[in-house]
Amino acid sequence: MTIKLVVDREKIESQAQIADLCPFQAIEFDGADYSISAACKMCRLCEINGPPGAFTFVEETQWSREQGEWSGIAIFAEQSSDGIHPVVLELLGKARELAAQYPQPIFMLLIGNNLESSAEMLTRYGVDELYLFDHPQLEDFRIEPYAAVFETFLHRTRPAVVLVGATPIGRSLAPRLAARFRTGLTADCTELQIQAECGLIQIRPAFGGNIMARIATPQHRPQFATVRYKVMTEAKPVQNGKTKIYSLPIDPSWLLSGIQVLQTTRRGRQEDITDAEVLVVAGRGVVSAKDLSILEELANALEGQLAATRPMVEKGWLDIKRHIGLSGRTVKPKLIITCGVSGAIQFAAGILNSECIVAINNDPEAPIFQVANFGLVGDLYEIVPLLTKTLQSTRRSLS
Amino acid sequence: MTMEIVVCIKQVPDTAKIEVDETTGTLKREGAEVKMNPFDLSAIETALQIREATGGTVWVISMGPTQAAQVLREAFMMGADRGVLLCDPRFAGSDTLATSYTLALGIRTAVKNPQLIICGKQTTDGDTGQVGPEIAEFLQIPHVCNVSRLVEAREHALALMVDLQEMLQKVQVECPCLITVEKDIFPPRLPSFRKREEARHKLIDVLGCSDLETGDPGCFGLQGSPTHVEKMFPPVVDKPREIWTGTGIDLAERLVDRLQRMKLWLPRDH
Repeated sequence: MTIKLVVDREKIESQAQIADLCPFQAIEFDGADYSISAACKMCRLCEINGPPGAFTFVEETQWSREQGEWSGIAIFAEQSSDGIHPVVLELLGKARELAAQYPQPIFMLLIGNNLESSAEMLTRYGVDELYLFDHPQLEDFRIEPYAAVFETFLHRTRPAVVLVGATPIGRSLAPRLAARFRTGLTADCTELQIQAECGLIQIRPAFGGNIMARIATPQHRPQFATVRYKVMTEAKPVQNGKTKIYSLPIDPSWLLSGIQVLQTTRRGRQEDITDAEVLVVAGRGVVSAKDLSILEELANALEGQLAATRPMVEKGWLDIKRHIGLSGRTVKPKLIITCGVSGAIQFAAGILNSECIVAINNDPEAPIFQVANFGLVGDLYEIVPLLTKTLQSTRRSLS
Repeated sequence: MTMEIVVCIKQVPDTAKIEVDETTGTLKREGAEVKMNPFDLSAIETALQIREATGGTVWVISMGPTQAAQVLREAFMMGADRGVLLCDPRFAGSDTLATSYTLALGIRTAVKNPQLIICGKQTTDGDTGQVGPEIAEFLQIPHVCNVSRLVEAREHALALMVDLQEMLQKVQVECPCLITVEKDIFPPRLPSFRKREEARHKLIDVLGCSDLETGDPGCFGLQGSPTHVEKMFPPVVDKPREIWTGTGIDLAERLVDRLQRMKLWLPRDH
């Protein structure tokens, strides 16, 4: 609880005066004194409507917690448009790795509407306890109901570690809960390690990736971390896993919200190249506009986007938003494949922070090979379609 | 009642110039230039746009050393009305929790009836984007992150488009509330030179630890920060630099194999 309620007996004239004050009947009278029971939802109606000064909310400033009471790893199983968000299996993969080092239970929280199939899917992946909060009004993400459910789940499971995907929803929800529990949160972790006493070591890039920071939350529980998508290794299904499923009732007060979702539009991947994790770049080696389609096919196979150098944009072959370079956008994808790009410094400056640079060019002397991690010397018209084909057949062979 | 709009802003180092001392693992701060966090410019612009629609007052608030007043002055030059600087040696070493706590108290102390609080999506130095939601929690008000478009601003409610990547939500939120805005929600206006003179004469309220209501010293700065940075270190650079030649199919297969092993591409079903 972040706040607590203080009752001033002197300000209450009669029991009748406060009889109907609390919609949850949380105000108890033992004949001599008033107290607040656990039914209190902190709605503050007693403070607002009660006798002046009788009920006051006071901020609790107890910051340190007994570490021992908190154990286990909790995972927020975010729902996306087509079932469980893939980052959840990655979090689970990491959690199982950590739990193998220091044995502890793995709890999972599933919030939404019609959760049966998602729940069924998760039981195959080695979760110890799965908590479902299933309600039509939890279909859309709204912060107050989701935070209220999450809070209830954490009080019930008391985990030492809470892992949340660094998605837009995760990055909105995790800090809200971390503040509610007055504890630490490390955003966008790229690596997690565990120590004795369930101490979590969180590693994340700082200052735009120029530095890595190693962060601990020594005195507080639970320890919250959000983790980037596509960083950890997905959990594999387990044979005869035993998942206990708890489907918990929803308290109507949790659903109160100042937010109304008027409309939801599902859509595909991000359209901005600066957000893309994979980019395929067209350079002057692409000789006609219609040939861009072979690059586009490669981009699709990689679930990435198409970008271009300045000359391609100037010719009007691609939208200016897709221009990479000093006069265009600077990008930092995980993977960038340049096709027929010579690699002038104006362009190279825009891609240098990419995690992996692949260059395809038929000129072995092209400056792009100075910055590429993998330089493929050859004709893009031959290599690119073969690459697409290899990706597609690799995917098929695994499914 | 006039709309009191608060924008949280931050002075950040010019990230391109940050370097790590390889032996000590600490930041080389000396001579580092500072600027306003670029994401905050959009937050200020959003506040100004809303003020133009509903009337009211735009407050800018920052926590930092005395020189952070500079970003408040910059905000004045864009058109902000009032500035608050939370400045106290006891705030030093704050992590997200302590920062949010301090800002929330600062807002509550300086602004009598804040109706709308706006934060940029994230900062370029911390990069966490979590201060906004934590402030909202401390103030017990709803928050909406990733706001990409302001559909309508009325005095007691906002209609917003929210970019959740996989989907777009159109929401209506009651005030008081906190929103964090995407960088391209509005192109920020340039500082006006006419306003520069005005800005010079505007007063900035400077608040320290003891000025904040219910300020418990244990909740500020390093002491109030649950997370501890144990170490900073340069990322391990073990990137390959290879030039491959061969037949097209050889090159293609070799690359797909490498991408899989480096987890840059995973053959999963969708």
